[in-house]
Amino acid sequence: MVDVSLTAALSDIGEHTIAPSRSRGYWATVRCNLRRDPRAVGGGLVLLLLVIGVVGAPLIAPADPYHASILARLKPIGTPGHLLGTDELGRDMLSRLLYGGQSTFLMGVAPVLIAFLIGGTLGLVAGYGGGAINMMIMRAMDVLYAFPSVLLAVALSGALGSGIGNAMLALTLVFIAPIARVAESAATEISHLDFVDAARASGASAVTVVRVHVLGHVLGPVIVYASSLSSLGIVLAAGLSFLGLGVIPPRPDWGLMLSTLRQSIYIQPMIAALPGVLIFLTSISLNMVSDALRDATMVKK
Amino acid sequence: MLYVLRRILYTVPIALSVTVICFLLVHIAPGDPLQMMLPDNATPEAVSELKAKYGLDKPLPVQYLVWLGHVAHGDLGTSISTGRGVADELSAAIGNTAIIATGGAMLGFLMGIGLGLVSGLCADTFVDRAATTIAIAAISVPHYWLAIVMTIIFAVELNWLPAIGIGPGGVSLSWEDLSHIVLPVLTLSLIPMGIVARTVRGKVVELMAMEFIQTLRAKGLRSFGILRHVVKNAAPSVMAVMGLQLGYLFGGSILVETVFNWPGVGFLMSNAILRRDMPMLQGAILILALLFVVLNLIVDLLQTTIDPRIRRRG
Repeated sequence: MVDVSLTAALSDIGEHTIAPSRSRGYWATVRCNLRRDPRAVGGGLVLLLLVIGVVGAPLIAPADPYHASILARLKPIGTPGHLLGTDELGRDMLSRLLYGGQSTFLMGVAPVLIAFLIGGTLGLVAGYGGGAINMMIMRAMDVLYAFPSVLLAVALSGALGSGIGNAMLALTLVFIAPIARVAESAATEISHLDFVDAARASGASAVTVVRVHVLGHVLGPVIVYASSLSSLGIVLAAGLSFLGLGVIPPRPDWGLMLSTLRQSIYIQPMIAALPGVLIFLTSISLNMVSDALRDATMVKK
Repeated sequence: MLYVLRRILYTVPIALSVTVICFLLVHIAPGDPLQMMLPDNATPEAVSELKAKYGLDKPLPVQYLVWLGHVAHGDLGTSISTGRGVADELSAAIGNTAIIATGGAMLGFLMGIGLGLVSGLCADTFVDRAATTIAIAAISVPHYWLAIVMTIIFAVELNWLPAIGIGPGGVSLSWEDLSHIVLPVLTLSLIPMGIVARTVRGKVVELMAMEFIQTLRAKGLRSFGILRHVVKNAAPSVMAVMGLQLGYLFGGSILVETVFNWPGVGFLMSNAILRRDMPMLQGAILILALLFVVLNLIVDLLQTTIDPRIRRRG
C-alpha cells in the first residue's frame, strides 16, 4: 500500500551519520550536495511549479472554478476557452485543478509538519529521558503503530466524519508515531555518547544539553524522514477526499475530483485521469527530493 | 523458545489496545447512534429504555468489557444499513480481500526481488538508474488513480477486461472469474514491487561491499555462487519488509476495492463510511487491524527462525 515510505525510510535512517564538520559546516555541505543531485533539482523544480500554480490560482485561473454550465459538460482537452476541458458539470478543469491543489496540499503537508513538531518532541524526550519515560511514550506509540497507516487514517476520519479539519487531525495522528520512532532512535543513540555525558557532568541542564548537543543530530534524520512522509501525506489526503472523507463538494480537490469524474471514464477518460496525474507528480517529486536529501545528509563511506 | 513466548506475550497488550481504539472510535463519532433507531418524537422514557437495552447507560469501561465479551464470542453487532450481522458480512468479504491482497503481494514481491537484484548487482549503471526510477515511481503512485487508469486502458479503451466487480462464480480458475481479478491484483502489486525492489537493492549493494563476499570471490567462487550467499544474507530483512507490505495491502484494500467494486472488507468499509454505518466500520477496522498485528507476529517469528541472531538482540 501507500505505506511505502514508512518502512523504506525507517531502514535507511538507522545508518545515518552526521558529516564531519568541514570548514563550511554541515548544512552548507548538504545544500551543496543537493544542488548537484538531478533528483533534487528536477523534483524541486516540478514542486515549485505546482506550488506556484496552486498558491497563485486566484491570479492564474482562467475561470471561476464553481461556474457550472449544462451546455459545456465534459468538453475534451483543448476546447477553446477550456484548455484542459470541462468536468461533468461543465466547470473549467484547469481552474478547478489549480484551486483543487490548495486543499490537497494543505491536507497532505500540514499534518506532516504538525506531527513533525509533536512526534519529534515526543521522540526527543523519550530518547534523551530513557528509562520509564521512554517506556511510556514509546509503548503508547506502539499502539498507533499497530494499525496500517491507510487503515488508521480511514478509521479516524471515518469516525470523525468528513471535513478538511477532521481529515487533517486523522493524518496528524497517523504520522506522529512513525516520526517519534525515528526521533527516538536517533536521540537514544546520541544520548549515550561520551560528549553528552560530559556536557551533563559539567552541570548543563537537560534543556541545554538537548538544545545544544542532541537536537542537531536528531534533526537531520527526522527532517529526511518527514520529507518522505509528505509524499505519503499527499497521496493519503487525496485518498481520503476520494472516499468522501476529506473535502466536501462543490469545493475543488484533486482527490474528490478524481472520485466524481470516475463516472465519466467512458466519455472523457483523459479528463477523468487528470487530477490523479497531478497527485502523482506531486508525490513522485516529493519522493525524489526526499531521496536526494537522504543521500545528501549521509556521508559516503 | 523463550524469545518466542516473550514475543507472543508482547502481542497481547498491543491487540488489546487495538480493541480499545476500535471501541472508542464509535464514541468519538459525532451524533447519537440511538437517534437513527428512534423516531424523532420519541419520549424520554423510550430513549432511556433503549439506552438500557443496549447497555449505553453504563460507564464506558463497563461498556468496553461487555463489548469485548461479545467480540470474543464472534458477535460484532448488526449492520445499520443492511440489518445483517457484521461478523457474517465480514467473513463473507475477508476471503475476497485475501485473494487480491496475497495475489498482489506475491506478484509484487516477485517483480520487486527481480528488479532489486538486477539493480543492486549492476549498481550505478544505466540499468540500475532505470530500475531505481521504476521503483520510485511505483512507490509514489496514488494507487486509486492507478486503478482508474488501468480501468481506462484495459476495460474502456481495449475492452479486454471487466471494469468492476467479481466474476459470477466468485473466485475460480475459469477465465470469466479470473479476468475480474487481474486488474485489482496488478494495481496492488506495484507498491510492494517498488518497496521490495528498494530494500533488495540496498541489501545487495551493502552485502557486495562486505569482506566475506570479497573473500568468496578471491576464493574463485563464480557469480552464481556469490548470489546464493547474498540472497541468504539478505533474506531476513527483505522478508520483514514483505510481511509488512502484505499487512498494508490488507489494511489499504479500501481504496482499490472501492474503485473496482471488489466485494471485500475495504468495499464494505467504504459503503459503511457513506452510510455512517458505525458497527460495520468498527468491525471491519478491528478485523483488519488484528490481522495486521498477527501478521507482524508471524513475520517476526519467521525472521528469527531464519536468522537466530535477532533473538539475542531482542
